[in-house]
Amino acid sequence: MTVPAGRGTGPVRAVRAVDPRLLRHAAAARGYLLCAIALGLAGAALILAQAGLLAGALAGAVRGGGLAAVRASLLLLPAVVAGRAVVTGAGEVVALRAAARVKSQLRRGVTARALRLGPGWLAGQQTGELAALATRGLDGLDAYFARYLPQLVLAAVVPVAVLARVAAADWPSAVVIAVTVPLIPVFAVLVGSQAKARTRRQWRLLATLSGHFLDVVEGLPTLKVFGRAKAQEQVIGKVTGAYRAATMSALRVAFLSALVLELTAAVATALVAVEVGLRLLSGHMMYQTALLVLLLTPEAYVPLRAAAAQFHASTEGTAAAGRVLEILDTPPPGPARPAPAAPGGAGPRAGRPAGVIALHEVTVAYAGGRGPALDRICLTISPGERIVVTGPSGAGKSTLLALLLRFVEPASGTITVGGTGLAALDLDEWRARIAWVPQRPYLFAGSAAENIALGSRAASGEAIRRAARLAGAAEFIEAWPAGYQTALGERATRLSPGQRQKIALARAFLRDAPILLLDEPAAHLDPVSARQIGDAVEAVPAGRTVILITHRQDQAGSADRVIRLDRGRVAPAAQPTGPGDRPLAAVPR
Amino acid sequence: MNRGHRRPLLRLLRLARPLRARLLLSVLAGAAATGCGVALLAVSGFLLARASEHPGIVAISVAVVAVRGLSAGRGVFRYLERLTSHDVAFRVLADIRTSVYRRAERLAPAGLAAFRSGDLLARLISDVDATQDLYLRGIGPPLAAFLTGGGAVAACLLILAPAGAVLALGLLTAGVAVPALAVAVSRRAAHRTAPLRGDLGATVTDILAGAADLHAFGAQDDALAAVAEADARLTALERRSAAAAGLGGGLTMLVSGVTVCGVLVLGVAAVSGGTLTRVPLAVITLAALASFEVVTVMPAAALQLSAARASARRLGAVLDAPCPVTEPARPRPLPAGPLHVRLRGVRVRYAADAPLALDGFELDLAPGRRVGLVGPAGAGKSTVAAVLLRFCEPAGGSVTLGGADLAGYRADDVRKIIGGCLQDSHIFAGTIRDNLCLARPGATDDELAEAAARARLLPWIRGLPLGWDTPVGARGAAMSGGERQRLVLARALLADPAVLILDEPTAHLDPETRAALTADLLEVTEGRTTLLITHDLDGLDRLDEIVVLEAGRVAERGTHDQLLRAGGRYHRLHAAALPG
Repeated sequence: MTVPAGRGTGPVRAVRAVDPRLLRHAAAARGYLLCAIALGLAGAALILAQAGLLAGALAGAVRGGGLAAVRASLLLLPAVVAGRAVVTGAGEVVALRAAARVKSQLRRGVTARALRLGPGWLAGQQTGELAALATRGLDGLDAYFARYLPQLVLAAVVPVAVLARVAAADWPSAVVIAVTVPLIPVFAVLVGSQAKARTRRQWRLLATLSGHFLDVVEGLPTLKVFGRAKAQEQVIGKVTGAYRAATMSALRVAFLSALVLELTAAVATALVAVEVGLRLLSGHMMYQTALLVLLLTPEAYVPLRAAAAQFHASTEGTAAAGRVLEILDTPPPGPARPAPAAPGGAGPRAGRPAGVIALHEVTVAYAGGRGPALDRICLTISPGERIVVTGPSGAGKSTLLALLLRFVEPASGTITVGGTGLAALDLDEWRARIAWVPQRPYLFAGSAAENIALGSRAASGEAIRRAARLAGAAEFIEAWPAGYQTALGERATRLSPGQRQKIALARAFLRDAPILLLDEPAAHLDPVSARQIGDAVEAVPAGRTVILITHRQDQAGSADRVIRLDRGRVAPAAQPTGPGDRPLAAVPR
Repeated sequence: MNRGHRRPLLRLLRLARPLRARLLLSVLAGAAATGCGVALLAVSGFLLARASEHPGIVAISVAVVAVRGLSAGRGVFRYLERLTSHDVAFRVLADIRTSVYRRAERLAPAGLAAFRSGDLLARLISDVDATQDLYLRGIGPPLAAFLTGGGAVAACLLILAPAGAVLALGLLTAGVAVPALAVAVSRRAAHRTAPLRGDLGATVTDILAGAADLHAFGAQDDALAAVAEADARLTALERRSAAAAGLGGGLTMLVSGVTVCGVLVLGVAAVSGGTLTRVPLAVITLAALASFEVVTVMPAAALQLSAARASARRLGAVLDAPCPVTEPARPRPLPAGPLHVRLRGVRVRYAADAPLALDGFELDLAPGRRVGLVGPAGAGKSTVAAVLLRFCEPAGGSVTLGGADLAGYRADDVRKIIGGCLQDSHIFAGTIRDNLCLARPGATDDELAEAAARARLLPWIRGLPLGWDTPVGARGAAMSGGERQRLVLARALLADPAVLILDEPTAHLDPETRAALTADLLEVTEGRTTLLITHDLDGLDRLDEIVVLEAGRVAERGTHDQLLRAGGRYHRLHAAALPG
């Protein structure tokens, strides 16, 4: 291909004309490109044949001899026309089939990569937007493959073929074409590059404006409470008008590039027509040759202009593909492969109680955060210990759990498990030893049983029911007509917050892991449900390491130790005040 | 009104009526641009055919000038068309935005309830945006194509009638029938793929939103397998539908080629019959060949019109939605002085077939009196606020303000007296100052600081590098839940209405902040007419009355002590919330 794939400057690079990254990630695109080139060559040959036959028929008809003299041309012409129709139609079918496969490859790739990049990375993304990108966004590639790419191939093949044919027939006309055709991409780049940046900025402003409109409509009840809703009407009209004026001034420049393209093609055709006409007048040229040149000249410009026009239609898909490729090129956190367990070192196995978890001077900072989320934390957690973590919101409580789950990596400091660095453990094996109940557990669209058995597909029905009973979820699940097979529906909106939390708890209990992490499991519940959850947590048999984040003092009752976090640091002195005091075991740091 | 329902697209077009001169200009410029293109090839054909007869230079000099002029005209007219059509599109967009907003303003929030779920509201906004494409691609270009195509057909008809008829047939087939067929085919394919697409989208959303849970429980592979399965089904169907989709391009090419062949055959036959000479033969053949350029815009136009119809229907649904509240024909002026709000036997129903959201509700908000409203989610607590703020019309009972029917005042006037914060108060994508100044435009920094201090937000704001001018992000995304809630509260305090409604002001806060904020809140509202809606029972002993709502009915009412002694629902709620 003639169009180079350069490096973009923006944060999101759209796919270039033919992006090597696209070819690398989407194997289906490669075979298709060859096919498109073959079809482009066939299309170019048919264009030459059609022009030749038309010129022959027009000239032959007036040379005398009537219909019979041009019978051959008139019979061949429909065949060529049919050929062009087949090439065009087949090209589109092949392109759409290829597009379907490329989209599928990119979709699976980006979903897998986004999932692999993990919760830490996803927290900075809009999941709805990502899902839309992987589905509707990529559908825009249909236009890229079925319209833009074939035109691009034609734009590379047809002008050359036309030039060669015209040169063979009449070299002065060929000179005109040879000089003007390259002007089109040159002008397009010259005028376009500057105008494009301005236009893009304006379109982005318009998108911002549409976002503003959504913001205002969503906030209408609030605006009405403060009596500001009516005033916004004029604001919307005025702001939209101002943006229109600004956008139009940018477009005025942008459309100049289109004007130049149109003018170049039309003026070249006019030049050839007049020049050929004058030589025809003086008897230096055959009528048939003149017609051939006239018919072929515009064909040299059509694919270039069509490609430019299709470029706009395909930008939606290429922008989506560019974003997808960017995600695919994002390196996943941590080492690609976990380092093998140190020889001789007793790598802890799943199921076996883990060794002492020790955090030494661990600091975690989030990008854009107003300070470290955890600030040089030192903490030792013995196996089987029950720890309650308290503190105001933003103190770093959830970050502590995220650290143990390896959703975030420490910026500095070390975490060891039984003496081995946490980062050196196999991620999946390590997580297999943890059961986690997040603040807002996510329930998937499957059945209640599938949700409880998340990550333990082999779990028996009996095990699931037992876990549900322990978590207090069996009561309501078994009351449903379909019981454990009840579909929870998208995002489980039919469940009350208490029911959701109990299912999450059952999920954690089924895992039967040596370490149980609970992140304010009762924070958003009514008092009755909160109490039930608290009782279920209290009933966890001894021997498990439990780390419970809570505000509720009563849940500190059975804790071995209460750790109070404040602004990322362990705050001094916080004693469990609940009635069921148990001896404080491990030594607080 | 009714015509709007049946013909949503026409209704949308009528909005552009004030702009019809500009619209006409853009259509004419577009027609002139394509017309120049067709004429350029036809006149060039004339030039060559005439020149090959070796007349004097004078015989072709007009054609030479015409060819040069047409070539320049094509680009210039196209430029003009692009400018005018974009200008029209943006102007219409502004008009539609304002009319949709004007209607939405009257409907919100109860009348917009149907649009608030999921992304319907966002889709409505993109429907408004989509109207610009309707004007850019769906209306002007096809009209221009009809004008140019008609001109080419007329010229051919004059020269050789049968050839003109063939050309007309070919252009109509390629410009109308084929695009219509292509749209029908692609819509049928989309109809079949839509459920699969929906499945795939839901699956991907599900696993990305639940990524943390999948990671923690090691279930990534199961989840990806589900995506692969949904994707495989969609891809297989898409590949099967590709053949139908390729139909349009091939057919257009076939129809245009066959038409040119037909014109050529008719022309050659006429030449051999002696009724036509070489010059008109070249002109009609080349005109026919060039005129198919006009149909290239038609598939996009057909798709655009098909998509715009759906958008127009959804916009129409908003524009025609009934207003939830009727404004009085002769509004009563707002009375001065302290006002007593009284609700008697109020019943509210959100839809004709919905159960009663409030059933026989009674409430007295005497000046200076503070009432708490508690009860489980869905009991109808926020409906009371909606009634007081004139967001919904009670189906029965009476609501009076200062002794007169609340419905006798303009709703905007009522909200000057009764205000506060809603349960889902919106934070706008602006700065902290922007959000606060909504409540009191032109408030001084001192006033802002006072309100922020009462809501315990001031130290946080002071600690920010940009202070009051810190952007808060879309829906306050740059703030924590607690900060958002306190900003909402500060805004309500800054507005300082005579009757203050606070709907769940401490939701989403941690207990320590919640306790502190509740204490401050009770301090600040001392002596003010206040309705405090909450599920947090701390500190309610300082209120004059507590009303316990259950399923839209008052279950209990009285002071904190009375209710505790009664040992009813309030007592049970309270006991469950207590530690130990």
